[in-house]
Formats: sequence, structure tokens, C-alpha cells
Amino acid sequence: MSIMNRHGVLERHSLLLTVAILVAVSIGGIIQMVPLMYMDNTIEKVDGMRPYTPLELAGKDIYIREGCYVCHSQMVRPLRDEVERYGHYSLAAESMYDHPFQWGSKRSGPDLARVGGKYSDEWHLDHLKDPRALVPESIMPPYEFLAKKELDFDDIQGRLKTERLVGVPYTDEMIENAEGHLIAQADPEERGYDYVDSLFDAYEGIAGREGTVKARDYDGDPTRITEMDALIAYLQMTGTLVDFSTFEADDLSNAR
Amino acid sequence: MTDANHKVEVDEATGTETTGHSWDGIKELNTPLPRWWLYIFYASIVFAVIWMVLMPALPALPFTNSGHTRGLLGQSDRVEVMAEVNRLKAERSAQAGAFVDASLEQIETDRNLQQFALALGESLFGDNCATCHGAGGRGAKGYPSLADDVWLWDGTLEGIETTLQHGIRHEEDDDTRNSAMPSFGKDGLLPRETINDLTEYVLHVSGQDAEEDAVARAEPVFQQECSICHGEDAKGMRSEGAPNLTDAEWLYGGDRATIFETIYNARNSHMPAWSDRLDATSIKALAVYVHTLGGGE
Repeated sequence: MSIMNRHGVLERHSLLLTVAILVAVSIGGIIQMVPLMYMDNTIEKVDGMRPYTPLELAGKDIYIREGCYVCHSQMVRPLRDEVERYGHYSLAAESMYDHPFQWGSKRSGPDLARVGGKYSDEWHLDHLKDPRALVPESIMPPYEFLAKKELDFDDIQGRLKTERLVGVPYTDEMIENAEGHLIAQADPEERGYDYVDSLFDAYEGIAGREGTVKARDYDGDPTRITEMDALIAYLQMTGTLVDFSTFEADDLSNAR
Repeated sequence: MTDANHKVEVDEATGTETTGHSWDGIKELNTPLPRWWLYIFYASIVFAVIWMVLMPALPALPFTNSGHTRGLLGQSDRVEVMAEVNRLKAERSAQAGAFVDASLEQIETDRNLQQFALALGESLFGDNCATCHGAGGRGAKGYPSLADDVWLWDGTLEGIETTLQHGIRHEEDDDTRNSAMPSFGKDGLLPRETINDLTEYVLHVSGQDAEEDAVARAEPVFQQECSICHGEDAKGMRSEGAPNLTDAEWLYGGDRATIFETIYNARNSHMPAWSDRLDATSIKALAVYVHTLGGGE
């Protein structure tokens, strides 16, 4: 009879069946793995992207710890309405130093891929403390405790090393000065003063353009470095690194 | 089954072949998949292959560094969305051409221009401004209401446009509106008692109950320390963004404790510059929208 009845052969020979199962499963595996081998093809060549500073990285860890990604995506999709509302669609290059990436899949809150620089630090502080004071219809929980809790960054060197292990190009100098850089970004005028130049040289150097590192007291409490400092520093950076004036959207290699 | 070793047995009740297996006398029917289902299954495999050829599919062809396959149709979401956005821009700029050059009077008298500005302005305001200034510009503590006729910096159309373009105390913009109120208490510029007196003075000029002796003590201090920005009559100064203290309109609050806090720590709020984020047409439309909210000058 036809080929449609041949499955009987597989069903009657266990070795043959095992081999066939292996073939079928490995096709699924290969389809997932092969694209990773072509990662270089996938990530656009852009100017300005750099590894996160220690303070931003600490902020990103808080972002993940508090589950911000559950309600906020970080991915402006290439759709007209999204581009109109949020700005340029997200590039693969923009999340190449995210481990794990924060694209998200649910938007109870707005997309945050380009929230950096959109609002003032005070706004982020007020809004994180009490979202409904500013946006009455908001269902976001308050995060006031972040402003009260000092940031624990004893392990920041280890964090940078771990990131390097998975491919983020932190230099030895960045790792060595991680603590100093973190303090410098949150308190550039006093405690971190000695490390400010080093912070800017290291991170703007690797970014290849100025203005990608912002150092200031983010949470309005200059006496301490709180988790709020770190989180706001991270939020104010998102989506601001890539220089879109040099991104050639028309170039075929950037078409997706 | 057609192989020779297997004898086909047909179930009497259903007329279907059995698989020949028997468990405790129970036999399994060998019911084939419905043909229509099977054909759709095969058709979808064929469709997938065709789709792979037509659309971007493989991350890269083997042993090349050619980038992903583009597909015969050359489809690209990114190219499509840019075309779509550009088409929208062209459509808008056809309408916006006259708008960008028009003066406030022209916009407010020309029905078409006005409708265009308000429609665009309203949706932009919702996306970008309402987060701080509230829906309809009602404001919040520390975020000025845009729906009244009290202006810190400038309430004219041009003034609002400038504020939108360059922001307020926005470090990265050289033309930003800038001023800095000193932290009289925190930085030790004035002793706490003097700040208490000044608090009474501000309560007094804003028409609230205040301790008279303290007001008298504070008068010379106010003239020396505060009048440079807030004016000798405490009616504020637009060029410095220094608020009028006599009008009982408060950004942070007009009670004793809040005024004390304001003098002690100072208030220097920020507004980001929008010229990098929004184009000239959008900023002008927003300026017109904000101007019409309440007290445009």
C-alpha cells in the first residue's frame, strides 16, 4: 500500500523507532541552536552601545528582582503605532549585554525600552514611591522601600566578572575599579570624586561617544547610595546608548 | 497492514481492520487518520517550505557569512514600518507646512490649523506630558498645573515652545531654562530660626496667618536673600522661574511645614528637553495645546 501505512515498520522495530525519535528530536534542537551560532549576523553594527556601568547593572538586578519585567516590556516592536509612541524600534544590539534580556511579553504597564531621559529623576523617585500620586489610574505597586534601603554592592566585582564570562566586554580595569565607579556615578561630587574621570574614560571610551554616562545623585539623598539610586540610574540609561543618527536603517544588513 | 506475516483481521461490528494485538481479549482497531486531516497536514508542510523560500527564514546560509536569507519577496518589518512612518510624516507635513510658520494669532483664528494642532497636541500630551503634569495638565505636587494661568517661566506660545524644546534645568541642553535656589538650611546659609522667620514672612505675604514679630524680623532678610529672584514685593520673577509668593498658588504646598522645607532644602525641579525626542511640528502642536489648556498668555 501507500507510504501512509509504512509507520507499521517503525512501530514494530524498537531500535528503528529509537533512531527515528532521535532524528526527530534533534531537528527541533538544531532549529533552536543554529541561530545562536550566527549571532554575529543577527546583531546590528551600531555606534554607542556599551556594557552597563556597575550602578546600572545593580539597578538592572533590582529591576529583575522586583519583577518589573512581569508588567513592563523593553521592546519597541516595528509597528507604526509603537514607533510613534515610544520612538525608534528596538535593535538586537540594544540588548546584547542583557543577561537575561528584558524584552518581556506582557504590558500591564508601558514599554520601558526608551524611557531613559524621558522623565526627570524626581519623577521616577516620586512615581516609584507612590505611583498613584502622579498617575491616579495606575495599578503599579509602590516601591518606597527602595529609597530606604542602602544598595549592597560588595559583590559588584564578581557581578562584572560573571557578565564577562557570558560575553560582556568588561575590561580588567573596569572590574578592578567597579566599586569606585559605582560610587562615582551615584555621588560624583564627594565620595566618588576620585573615580569620576576613570568612570567616564572607561565607559564612554568603550561606547565611542560622549554623553552615554550620566553621573549624579539620582534619588535626592546625597548621603547614601540606595537601591533607588541604582534603579533610577538604570531606567534613565535604557534606550539612550545607541547613536541612531549613524544607524542605517535602509542598509540591507539591518533589514529584518 | 500489508506485510505477509500479518494476517488482516476485520472487526465485525465496525468493519475496521484491527492491529492484530490482543490484550485480555480486547483488540485494538487500526482506524486510519481521516484523509482530509492528513492532506491538510501534508499541505501545511508544503506551505512551510514555500514560505521559507518567499520570506526571510534561515539565520544564514551554511558556510557563508551572508546574513539571513531575505526570501524572494524581500519582506522586512523594519523597512515596512519606516515606510509607514515616513508616509505618515509626509501626510502630516503637507498639513503642517503652513502650521510650522504660522503665528499664534494665525493658528488661533484659522480653524484648520487649530484643529490640526489640538488633535496632534492632545495625543502627544497623553503620551509624553500627562505622566508628570497629569491628564488635562491638572498638575501634581512638584509638577506645575498647566491648566491655570499661573506661569513660572513663560506662558506665551513662544515661551512654552522654548520650555518644551530645551527643558528646565536639563543639564545636557545649553539653552535650557536655568536657575538655582540655594538650600538655605541644608547648606548652612541661614540659621534655623531665621528660616522659621522667613516661613512666617512667606505665610504673611501669601495672605495667611503669621506671627507678626517674626515677619518684621524676616523683612530685611527677605530683601537681602530672596528678593533677587522673588522680587522686592515677593511677586516672583519669570526670568528666574521664581514663583510669585503672594498669589496663594503653590507648587509644593503653602502650609507652614512645606514652606519651611522649601526654604531649608530648596526646590529645583527638572523638566527634560524634548527637542531630541519630538520634531518641531510636534513641539509646536504641544505648545498650542498647552497654551489653550487654561491660561495661555
